[in-house]
Amino acid sequence: MKKSVFLGALTVAGLVAGASAAATLDDVKARGKLNCGVSTGLAGFSAPDANGEWGGFDVAVCRAVAAAVLGDASAVEFVSTTGKTRFTALSSGEIDMLARNTTWTLSRDVDLKFTFTGVNYYDGQGFMVPKELGVSSAKELDGATVCIQTGTTTELNLADYFRKNGMSYEPVPIETNAEAQQQYLAGACDVYTTDASGLAATRATFETPADHVILPEIISKEPLGPLVRHGDDEWGDIVRWTLYALVAAEEMGITSTNVGDLSAAAGDNPEINRMLGTEGNLGEMLGLEADWAVNAISAGGNYGEIFAKNIGEETPIGLSRGLNAQWTDGGLMYSPPFR
Amino acid sequence: MSDTHAETVSYVRETMLPQQEPPASTVGPVGWAKTNLFSGWFNTVLSVLSGIFILWLAYRLLPWIISPTWQATSLNECREIIGALNKPHGGACWGVISERWKQLMFGFYPPEHYWRPVLSLILLLVALGPLLFRHLVPAKVIYFSMLYPFIAAWLLWGGTIWNPIVAILGFVIIALSLKFLTSVLNPALALIIGVLLAVIWWVALAGPVAGGLSAVLPIGIEAIASRQFGGFMLSITIGVTAILCSLPIGILLALGRQSDLLLVKAMCVGFIEFIRGVPLITLLFVASVLLNIFLPPGTNFDIILRVIIMVTLFASAYMAEVVRGGLAALPKGQYEGADSLGLDYWQSQRLIIMPQALKISIPGIVSTFIGVFKDTTLVSIISMFDPIGLSNAIRADTAWNGVYWELFIFIGLVFFIFCFSMSRYSMYLERRLQTGHR
Repeated sequence: MKKSVFLGALTVAGLVAGASAAATLDDVKARGKLNCGVSTGLAGFSAPDANGEWGGFDVAVCRAVAAAVLGDASAVEFVSTTGKTRFTALSSGEIDMLARNTTWTLSRDVDLKFTFTGVNYYDGQGFMVPKELGVSSAKELDGATVCIQTGTTTELNLADYFRKNGMSYEPVPIETNAEAQQQYLAGACDVYTTDASGLAATRATFETPADHVILPEIISKEPLGPLVRHGDDEWGDIVRWTLYALVAAEEMGITSTNVGDLSAAAGDNPEINRMLGTEGNLGEMLGLEADWAVNAISAGGNYGEIFAKNIGEETPIGLSRGLNAQWTDGGLMYSPPFR
Repeated sequence: MSDTHAETVSYVRETMLPQQEPPASTVGPVGWAKTNLFSGWFNTVLSVLSGIFILWLAYRLLPWIISPTWQATSLNECREIIGALNKPHGGACWGVISERWKQLMFGFYPPEHYWRPVLSLILLLVALGPLLFRHLVPAKVIYFSMLYPFIAAWLLWGGTIWNPIVAILGFVIIALSLKFLTSVLNPALALIIGVLLAVIWWVALAGPVAGGLSAVLPIGIEAIASRQFGGFMLSITIGVTAILCSLPIGILLALGRQSDLLLVKAMCVGFIEFIRGVPLITLLFVASVLLNIFLPPGTNFDIILRVIIMVTLFASAYMAEVVRGGLAALPKGQYEGADSLGLDYWQSQRLIIMPQALKISIPGIVSTFIGVFKDTTLVSIISMFDPIGLSNAIRADTAWNGVYWELFIFIGLVFFIFCFSMSRYSMYLERRLQTGHR
């Protein structure tokens, strides 16, 4: 088998290709595939099915970008990343974009030199407790034992919140969400805290979800969004406006079913016409085809459709729109105009 | 009987009594139980207590294991089936295994190409034949074993057939230069020149030549990217390569550590102590993360290859110390005997020292092998889909979120089969090589 190492080295030598960091769009087009970093597995956000097909809320963003750039929603190479490998994968150029429930923070944006291209999910840290504890507010959690994933921002948020409210707690450190579920169900801790979307997904897997409540307090801001490297603003624009196209499509009532009709010919709504490329040259400005937004929306539907299909109230995860509703419905999803 | 005692003994039996069956209480299952389980009051109490414990365990576990959930397509469906059966302690949800076992075995490898890893595994057993069961397998098979690494790599990764062929040509270059240059040069120098020529061939010429040949004669199978490798196939690929490479490297390192040449000795000791002083996880992170930063952007240094190199280095350092233990256990007389026969260093190592030292080290070597094989699960940390990584990905599917034990029991069982076979083989080998020093 020693020889196979040489053989592999050979293959490697053949594959070595100089790539410029600047023109990601050209690289993606030349490759014919988008390298998109996703989580190794997070319920509702990214998971492979029995045939190895990736699906989920974050995965849909990758597919939309691939559809906008290459015209093919399946032209994506999904590169799974863990919390520890995600940033090096992006900065080393192994992936073109990262869509992996990553919180937008100042240090990641500035110090790690990434550009967050928007927010596809507004999350926040919450608490889950068994109903039989009779707790109705996080303020009543003084002295509780708390299951918490180590080495994450949730740990720091928790310490901040309890100190601010003059309460004490006993942490039960755990490594993964899977371990947390087992510990919590076994009664090793009174409270489990992580992002609210994760709590909902976890609760949905319990045998009797109704026996557990998610407390109303959200103690942190976790805006999750796709990100790209610093230094290639044209590529950042493409990812940013693909995401906005999905959001704007929901606002304007463009869905995966009617996008074909609406883009067939220019209609009465000039903004829809501009976005779908029947009027103006927005696609050309981005360096894409005129029907880029049509492809992006056809890939998995508009933002609302993607949400409903992957994590919405009809799914086992059962998240309500909340902060992620359109601004017209009192949420934070607000796309700048397509003009 | 003579007549000597004819007067003193009134009767002497002149024929042997027929042999009697041993008492029923000392043979068969009853006898076995009596000697092994109930040979005193203390052992009897222990046996009864252990028996009760085992029965209780089986009573609690069996209803859980025997659970008619093979057809279920989601955890909720399992729960409905189990709920309908009205079991007090619940049941296992085996639907996840029946739906995902192929994924646990092959990862994301395209199903229409499953025959390729299966064929490489079968061929591996054939190739290992002459090494593992020397007296049962014809010696000629060793030529196939030498070709096997190329065949396996080609089967697993696919691509044009010219890649393995030009890679083999590199070794042909080494062999040829050894053959023709040794007559005019020092053998060591000939080897160095041969290796240099081969490296030049591999790095500069092999790629274009393979490309040109495949343009003329495009014979090949579909290429499969490393990213699609996963499950036990990934574990076995990494594990077997690391195991097979680490033994020769480990032997060389162990010999180097005992060398009189200061530079060789210092390098070997430095390597062994450095690698043993660093956790495998760290090496894996270097392979997956640090190399990405150091290599020029756009370099595509295959991740599986990087991991294999790191795991091999790690295993070699341990192997070197195990082999050194074997060398240290040999009486000094063996070394002196070899010298007195007029054998040179490599001859005495090959004919006298190593056969004995390796035989002594078999248990240590095999437990290092088993350790390496199990350590391959650590690659899930660097986001490769080994069985453990896959179990996490499977749980991320909303249908199976919340399934733990079934997946881990399955993975554990498969690992046990592999590791137990290795351990049994080592015991067989020890018995076969037993030459009676004890």
